Amino acid sequence: MPSFVIAEKCDGCKALDKTACQYICPNDLMVLDPEKKKAYNQEPDQCWECFNCVKICPQQAIEVRHYADIMPLGSSTFPLRGTDNIMWTIKFRDGKTVKRFKFPIRTTPEGSIDVFKGKTIPSDVADLKKPGFFTGPARTK
Amino acid sequence: MALEREFCKWSYCQKPPVETIETDLLIVGGGMAACGAAVEAAAWAKATGIKVKLVDKAALDRSGAVAMGLSAINTFIGENPVDDYVKYVRTDLMGIIREDLVHSLGCHVDQTVFDFEEWGLPIWKKDKEGHTVDGQVAKDEGLPSLKDGGTPCRSGRWQIMINGESYKVIVAEAAKNALGMDNIYERVFIVKLLTDKNNPNRVCGAIGFSVREHKVYVFKCKAMIVACGGVVNVFRPRSVGEGQGRAWYPVWNAGSTYAMPAEIGAKMVLMENRFVPARFKDGYGPVGAWFLFFKAQATNAYNEDYMQKNWEQVKKEYPGYADSPGTCLRNHAAMIEMRAGRGPILMHTDKAMQELAKVLSKKELKHLEAEAWEDFLDMSISAASLWASMNMEPDKVPSEIIPSEPYLLGSHAGCAGLWVSGPSKNYLGAPDDWFWGYDRMTTVEGLFTAGDGVGASGHKFSSGSHAEGRMAAKGAIAFILDHKDDKLEPGQNIDEVIAEIFLPFEIYEKYKDYTTAPEINPNYLLPKQIQSRLQKIMDEYVGGVATMYMTNKPMLEEGLRRLTFLKEDAQRMAARDLHELMRAWEQYHRILAGEAHLRHILFREETRYPGYYYRSDFLNIDDNKWRVFTISQYDPKTNEWKFETKPYVQLVK
Repeated sequence: MPSFVIAEKCDGCKALDKTACQYICPNDLMVLDPEKKKAYNQEPDQCWECFNCVKICPQQAIEVRHYADIMPLGSSTFPLRGTDNIMWTIKFRDGKTVKRFKFPIRTTPEGSIDVFKGKTIPSDVADLKKPGFFTGPARTK
Repeated sequence: MALEREFCKWSYCQKPPVETIETDLLIVGGGMAACGAAVEAAAWAKATGIKVKLVDKAALDRSGAVAMGLSAINTFIGENPVDDYVKYVRTDLMGIIREDLVHSLGCHVDQTVFDFEEWGLPIWKKDKEGHTVDGQVAKDEGLPSLKDGGTPCRSGRWQIMINGESYKVIVAEAAKNALGMDNIYERVFIVKLLTDKNNPNRVCGAIGFSVREHKVYVFKCKAMIVACGGVVNVFRPRSVGEGQGRAWYPVWNAGSTYAMPAEIGAKMVLMENRFVPARFKDGYGPVGAWFLFFKAQATNAYNEDYMQKNWEQVKKEYPGYADSPGTCLRNHAAMIEMRAGRGPILMHTDKAMQELAKVLSKKELKHLEAEAWEDFLDMSISAASLWASMNMEPDKVPSEIIPSEPYLLGSHAGCAGLWVSGPSKNYLGAPDDWFWGYDRMTTVEGLFTAGDGVGASGHKFSSGSHAEGRMAAKGAIAFILDHKDDKLEPGQNIDEVIAEIFLPFEIYEKYKDYTTAPEINPNYLLPKQIQSRLQKIMDEYVGGVATMYMTNKPMLEEGLRRLTFLKEDAQRMAARDLHELMRAWEQYHRILAGEAHLRHILFREETRYPGYYYRSDFLNIDDNKWRVFTISQYDPKTNEWKFETKPYVQLVK
């Protein structure tokens, strides 16, 4: 279905300024049902299963039921994405095998990137036609 | 006789409000190349006062090919000479690349990777004992950054491992903070480019629409960088149900990078090239780390190593090209087994892990298992889920791999794209006609591209695309400063273009009540129906999986005949909402990119990329005639294509 929304958990992001899954989906698939005030995936066969809606949902209301034409039912893959790491829980169809992994995702605080910090802003327009970036030179060989 | 054309007269559909935005530089796209362009342009904007805007059909945090993340950066030159990078790209792309483009990219790419690390991307390192540590531990332990001489964890000669779940979020944050959100338009899909009234070979703007509200955006600019990725699902994919979304490359890449410039006359190069990734079947998990890092072996169903088994034959078939195995020839060796009925092809993850278990401690082995899963979870999550759904543990059982449907792109192991200017006059001794003033400028004045857009120079991957976006931004800003006083005015009638863009709405509203089911109506086709037909034509006639990548002149000519009907029918597309209007224009772009691919394959009478596609009527590589760049130019007014060739010139010995 790829990504699906659990009706009971979805609150339509009513307390936020935008519907999180609708905002993030790279393929414009997640929409808010104006009457039910709940989100759904409007074009499941165009879902990349990128999990960005799953990761961003503040209610953990979104999961993935994997492609029906490919995968047997019964397993689950679920991420919990924090500010500096992500935890994955993978349950096998057999109901017994569970894998848990935790990986770092970034080494700086969210929102803190300042590309100009400590760099010299370029000033000589002649440099535009020479190699190199404003953050550092190009190598020559 | 052609189908009668429909026109939007706003009789059935409401005319949308128009917002016009004036800028100096317009960046179209939001992926790695566009974010690179944004960062570099923002710095130069501070210095020169020029205005920069970026427009993305999705949200910058998760748009483009790196939306899901990546487990490796595939281009980091590091301890290697740049010349060797050029040789590697040349070998992999069967001897025809623009070495000026590849070399200059190789000189720039490391700096962009240094910046990624500074911005917060965790990059795996080797510690003092030579153990692999993840990017956070490396930082905590005070290991030096790459810039300061830290040792990355190489999974291959050019690849380094990362913890890349948030790779795109980090790169997008850098671009957003540099440019400012006031200058970024998300969820606006650009579909047409504008050219100057007095100089039709000069870009001066772009038109698109919001996919969130009934509204048109007209951008007027002095220069533009178009970087919206390659083409996905132009061929019928192996999975045609829900699984068609699980494309190897992002399913939303619709060929806009090629179609929009082509429609204003930009020349394209090597559009016959494609990439057919051999990946873990159905989930498209990456194979690179398994081959290079875990040292796994791939065999046919009977445990025969198809590379060992077939390599002498491949050397005989393609003399001079099989001395070191390029990507398409590795596919070719596997396809020999598949055609002989000795599939499935298996990746022996189990044996590789068992070999490693012999030499590693328990703790190291646990770490290794996590690394294997992370490789999938960082960039193709469904591939990990596929293991779980079928109770497969990679250290216990092998997995199938298979060559996929074809993709058109210029940044990965492929080199389709636009014909662009090199970085400087006679760079490394390049011919005079490889440079026309501005780095990465297409043959249309003021129109630049990067990443998947630049043809004849593959193997940039994520880092190289970002670096190339930055190079293109410098070229574009140099162009703007040299053309400060140009007065530009669109040659197109803006109202007519807007009417054309909204025609699918008008058509739907006009005809919808004629039948009882909106999907079946003789007056129109829905975008999905157009795409199905396009995929079927490409698959059956242009060397898709249906014919095991084989085609010939009669098949291509029949494909073209059918594609010509489809192109006419595409003018009868209907859309019921903004989402479907986006799909309509995506299909329009796909068709043009697909047509370019077909015509280029028809033009090149040889099999330059065995394992990607075969011309059954010209099965050999013919260096005497075809070691050339094939360059095409489309004329939308006459609907004709012109072809020319330029000789390949070796710059790096």
